[in-house]
Amino acid sequence: MSAVTLDGGAPVGTPAKTVGYWAGVGRRLRRDKVALACAIVLVAIVLAAIFAPLVAPVDPTKGSILKRLMPIGTPGHLLGTDELGRDMLSRLIFGGRLSLMMGIAPVFFALFVGSLLGIVAGFVGGRVNTAIMRTVDVFFAFPSVLLAVAISGALGAGIANAMLALTIVFVPPIARVAESVTTQVRGLDFVEAARASGAGAWTIIRVHILGNVLGPIFVYATSLVSVSMILAAGLSFLGLGTRPPDPEWGLMLNTLRTAIYTQPWVAALPGVMIFMVSISFNLLSDGLRSAMDVQR
Amino acid sequence: MLTYLLKRLGLVVPIALAVSAVCFSLVYLAPGDPLSAIVPSDASVELIDQLKKEYGLDKPIPVQYALWLGRATVGDLGTSIATGRPVASEIGKAIGNTLVLAFAACLVGFTLGAVFGTIAGYFNGSWVDKTVSAISVAGVSVPHYWLGMVLVIVFSVILGWLPAMGAGPGGSGEWRWDAEHLKHIILPAITLSVIPTGIITRTVRALVADVLSKEFVTALVAKGLSQGAVFFHVVKNIAPTALAVMGVQLGYLMGGSILVETVFSWPGTGFLLNTAIFQRDIPLLQGTILVLAMFFVALNLLVDIVQTGLDPRIRRA
Repeated sequence: MSAVTLDGGAPVGTPAKTVGYWAGVGRRLRRDKVALACAIVLVAIVLAAIFAPLVAPVDPTKGSILKRLMPIGTPGHLLGTDELGRDMLSRLIFGGRLSLMMGIAPVFFALFVGSLLGIVAGFVGGRVNTAIMRTVDVFFAFPSVLLAVAISGALGAGIANAMLALTIVFVPPIARVAESVTTQVRGLDFVEAARASGAGAWTIIRVHILGNVLGPIFVYATSLVSVSMILAAGLSFLGLGTRPPDPEWGLMLNTLRTAIYTQPWVAALPGVMIFMVSISFNLLSDGLRSAMDVQR
Repeated sequence: MLTYLLKRLGLVVPIALAVSAVCFSLVYLAPGDPLSAIVPSDASVELIDQLKKEYGLDKPIPVQYALWLGRATVGDLGTSIATGRPVASEIGKAIGNTLVLAFAACLVGFTLGAVFGTIAGYFNGSWVDKTVSAISVAGVSVPHYWLGMVLVIVFSVILGWLPAMGAGPGGSGEWRWDAEHLKHIILPAITLSVIPTGIITRTVRALVADVLSKEFVTALVAKGLSQGAVFFHVVKNIAPTALAVMGVQLGYLMGGSILVETVFSWPGTGFLLNTAIFQRDIPLLQGTILVLAMFFVALNLLVDIVQTGLDPRIRRA
C-alpha cells in the first residue's frame, strides 16, 4: 500500500458518490446467490428456534407410548415421532435452541479472548508475543476433536462444560490469526505515521489497528462456526453435552441410533439439521470472505 | 541438514513437555478429589490418607507431575479404575485398531483428494471445478458421525451388504487381514475419510492452479514438452506441500476418530475414551489422550523433516 493510493482513485473536484465499506460488502453479499441462500436458511432456522413455542406444532417433551417411531408423513406428525413417541418436527425446532447456542457461543467467546490475546501479542511484540504465542502453540499439538473430548470428558457432562471445552479449542486458532494480521498492520506506513505524529499506543490500537484487523479475524471466526456446530453436536452425541429429555440435535441423533432398524430416515433427521447449519455457515463465510476482500 | 534436524528436535521437546503437562492437569479439571472415584464415600480419614500416600497425592503438584512423567516415559501410565488393568496395556490393545482405521481412511481420503484436487486445478473455473469445490465443502461440513449412520442405514439396514458394527465377526476385538475384517472396515473408513478428502481436495486444487499459472509451466509447454512431462513437473512442485497436509491429516484422524469409532463400535482408542469418560476413569482418559497427542506431535515432526528433505527452499528460509 503506497501513500498515493490512500488518497483514493476519485479525481479531485468530481462530486464522488461515496459508498461506505460496509454498504459495499452488503451489496456484494446480496449479489452472491449462494451466500444469500445460506443466509436465508440460517435466518429461518434461527428464527424458528427463537420463536419455537409459537412455531412448533406440539410440546417437544410430551410423548405417547402408542405413537412411538411413526414414519415421516404421519398425519399430525409431519416428520414422524421418536423412540418415546415425541413429535420429531417440534423436537427439531426446539432442538435448534440448544444446538445453535452450543455451536455459536463458544466461537463468540473464543473470538473475544483469542482476538485480545492475538492483538496484544501482535502489537506489543517481543517477549509478550513469545509468551502468548508459544502457549498457543501447545494447544495446536492436540487434534481439535481430541482436545474438546479431553477437556469436556475430564470436566464431566454438561452444556456449560462442553461450551467451555469448545471455547478452549477455538481460542488458539483465533489468537494465531489475530496475531498475524496485527503484526502485518503494525508494520504498515500509516501506523508509523501515527506514531511519528505523537499518537499513544492506545489511540493507535483503537483508531488504526482495530479497524483493520477485526474484519479478517471476524471472517475467520465465522468459518469456525461450521466446525463448532459439528463438534458441539458431537460432544452431545457422545453424551457429554445436554441431558435428556431436552431436545438437542446431537443427543437426538444418539438416542435415535437404536431406531435405525425400524425408522431409519426418522433417525437420520437431526443430522440433516446439523449438516444444513454447518454447510450454510461454511458457504456464508466463504461469501463474506470474498465480499470483504479478505485474503487468507 | 543436521543442524536443522537438531534445531527442529530441540523445538519439539518443550512442546512435548507442555502437552504432557496439559494431559497431567486433566486430573485437576475433573470435579472432586482424584481419589473420589476409587474410595468408597464412607472410608475413614486414615484410609484416605494412606491411599493418598500410596498414589503420591500427598506431595506438591510439580513433584507429582515429575513422578507421573517419569513413570509415563518408561511406559507406566497407571492403572485403569474401571478394569483394574494397566492403562498402557489397554491402550496397546486399542491403538492398533485405531491405526488400521486411520490408515484405511487416509488411503481413501488421499487418493480421492489428490485426484479430485488435480482435476479441479486443471479445469480451474469450469463446471468440473465447481462440482469438485462443492464436494469438498460438503466433505468438511458434514457431521461425519451422522454420515456414518446414514451409510449404515443404506448399506447395512436397507441393502444388507456390509456389517454395521465392530472390527470383525462376532464383535472380534482384534484386527486381522482377512476378508471378514476388511468388510467391517469399509464403512468406518469411508466415514472417517470425508474430512481429509475435503481438505486435501481444496489444498491440491489451489496448489495445482497456482503452479499451472507460473511462468515456468508456460516455458515448458513452449519448449514443446508433452502433457505428461509437464504434469510430472507440476507434481514435483506440489508434492512437498501436499504431503505435509496429508501427514497432518493422518494425525487428526487418529485423534479425531472417537466419534466414528462410537458409531461403529470400533474397538480402538475412541472406544477407550468413551469408556473412560463414562466410568470417570481419569487415568485411562489421561493416558489415552497423552499417547494420541504424542503421536500427533511426533507425526508433525516427521512431516516437517520429510518436507524439508524434499524441498530445500524451506531449509534456507
